[in-house]
Amino acid sequence: MLKIWHMKQKQVAADAAEGPAKRRVTAAQLRAQKDITEISLPSTMKMDFPDPDDILNFTLTIEPDEGLYRGGSFEFTFAIGSQFPHEPPKVKCKQKIYHPNIDIEGNVCLNILREDWKPVLNLNAVIVGLQYLFLEPNPLDPLNKEAAEDLKNSKDMFARNVRSSMQGGYVRSERFDDVRKR
Amino acid sequence: MAVGYDVEKWKYLRRVLERAGPFTDKDSFDASMVKEALKDVKILVIGAGGLGCEILKNLALTGFKNIDVIDMDTIDVSNLNRQFLFRSSDVGQPKATCAANFIKSRVPDVNITPHFCAIQDKDIDFYMSFNSIICGLDSVEARRWINATLVNMVDWNNPDTCKPLIDGGTEGFKGQSRVILPKMTSCYECSLDMLTPRQAVPICTLATIPRQPAHCIEWASILEWPRVKGDLKMDTDDPEHITWLYTTALKRAQEFGIEGVTYTLTQGVVKNIIPAIASTNAIIAASCCNEAFKLATNTAPFLNNYMMYTGNEAVYTYTFEHERKENCPVCGEQNEPTNVTIRKDVKLGEWIEELKARADIQLKRPSLMGLGKSLYVQQPPQLEEKTRPNLEKLVSELVGNGEEVAVSDSALPFSLRLRVLYE
Ligand SMILES: [Zn+2]
Repeated sequence: MLKIWHMKQKQVAADAAEGPAKRRVTAAQLRAQKDITEISLPSTMKMDFPDPDDILNFTLTIEPDEGLYRGGSFEFTFAIGSQFPHEPPKVKCKQKIYHPNIDIEGNVCLNILREDWKPVLNLNAVIVGLQYLFLEPNPLDPLNKEAAEDLKNSKDMFARNVRSSMQGGYVRSERFDDVRKR
Repeated sequence: MAVGYDVEKWKYLRRVLERAGPFTDKDSFDASMVKEALKDVKILVIGAGGLGCEILKNLALTGFKNIDVIDMDTIDVSNLNRQFLFRSSDVGQPKATCAANFIKSRVPDVNITPHFCAIQDKDIDFYMSFNSIICGLDSVEARRWINATLVNMVDWNNPDTCKPLIDGGTEGFKGQSRVILPKMTSCYECSLDMLTPRQAVPICTLATIPRQPAHCIEWASILEWPRVKGDLKMDTDDPEHITWLYTTALKRAQEFGIEGVTYTLTQGVVKNIIPAIASTNAIIAASCCNEAFKLATNTAPFLNNYMMYTGNEAVYTYTFEHERKENCPVCGEQNEPTNVTIRKDVKLGEWIEELKARADIQLKRPSLMGLGKSLYVQQPPQLEEKTRPNLEKLVSELVGNGEEVAVSDSALPFSLRLRVLYE
């Protein structure tokens, strides 16, 4: 082992490591920093960092300017764990909304947040995916089964339900949060 | 107590130790030192489970005299079929302590020290005190932690800071053993993409059309637990929690006419348990200890550097040299921090301008972060606004001596690590 050591040692620059103990930034933070500083958000989205020193936990607000969810302001929490990017970020919707791919607990059904996540994907891909859910709600991947059925049965009825739910109204016996953009 | 390498019982081992073989590295082999090696070498075993029991037994019987063992778990009744250092009276007791006691009772001249805690509870000085480290873990997270810790310990001015890591792992009939020389050969992180990811089921399948008993269990743990229990953290070692998941999953399975949800399956699914095969553990542990022996004594060349074993159909092993990744986030040269020396009275804003002026790094709009601290982040705007006041502060107020600062910039294909040293 010593032999390899001396060989490698010669390859390493003379100033490699001296002085006070090394304290390194974690791989998860390093990657999150790169991802976050490369995100360029359209005017319909914004990010907020409750604790600016903690870039691993933040919120994303999406305010669609087209589609059935236009006029709403939807907030998601992002939690990036220590195994990122080998594990996807945990994303939840903070409000109770009527959407075929988001249940009333805020769980989100987006393939790249679970079964199709790969470490080469970045946070931007997740954000684009979330935005797409509001433009094209998908009745074939239902997390809120009733909403998905409504969409399959009648797009008009579904659109009416979306409108009233977004104003804090009821759809059947379920009351939703008022998510109108202020 | 006198450690008797001259006694009769070590006669045959001595013959192996003292003779150079055809593959012995002539430069590093010294028959007189070899004899002392096993006596002096201090080895750390991480994990006292299925692999750990085998490893500890092998090391003690090989003649290693100084062994430490660390494990944060206690003994469960289901461990007893293969973790042979434990008896039913040990159930509930720490694995590390029971394993150490058992070894001590059978091989009295071994100094074996148990540590009943998480590996993260120990500091650099602890890991520095060993000659090499053997891992018999089932957790990727723990392996990544110890790997990164050992890589970061390497100081090129002192060869003793490089601790060989022998990593064993098993999954059913398959396993692997490998030797990692931190900073010199491919590390655990370099090979992370070789892991076959657990095939996840789409969350909407769990929510709407479960087809298998495991789908019902995952529904209970992923969707129902947070809904019903709120912020209460699920503890997969707590029988009450498992019982709740089991009954919840069972009800759902009945609703959908699915059979096969049991308590054991529930435990298996939420803990991601792959059935352990005792002989796979024995084979992999034997290989790990073989490497520890060779590293300690120089009697034969050690594994370079990855041995995979498959026992599903007959026996297949393949040994190859896994290559280091240039851009490995843990050991890659590309990610090696560059030392920068700065004055204590330099403001962050001034320092950033200095960095931008440097021809060797070519930065345009750098964002800087320290250890869990945002120094100045240019994107997104909300973060820029919140970190802008830092530009007026002294770097020395924000970053400790020797601490790392990560720089990201659209002009850089990777994040640059800078290690700040003050004049
Ligand atoms: Zn590496």
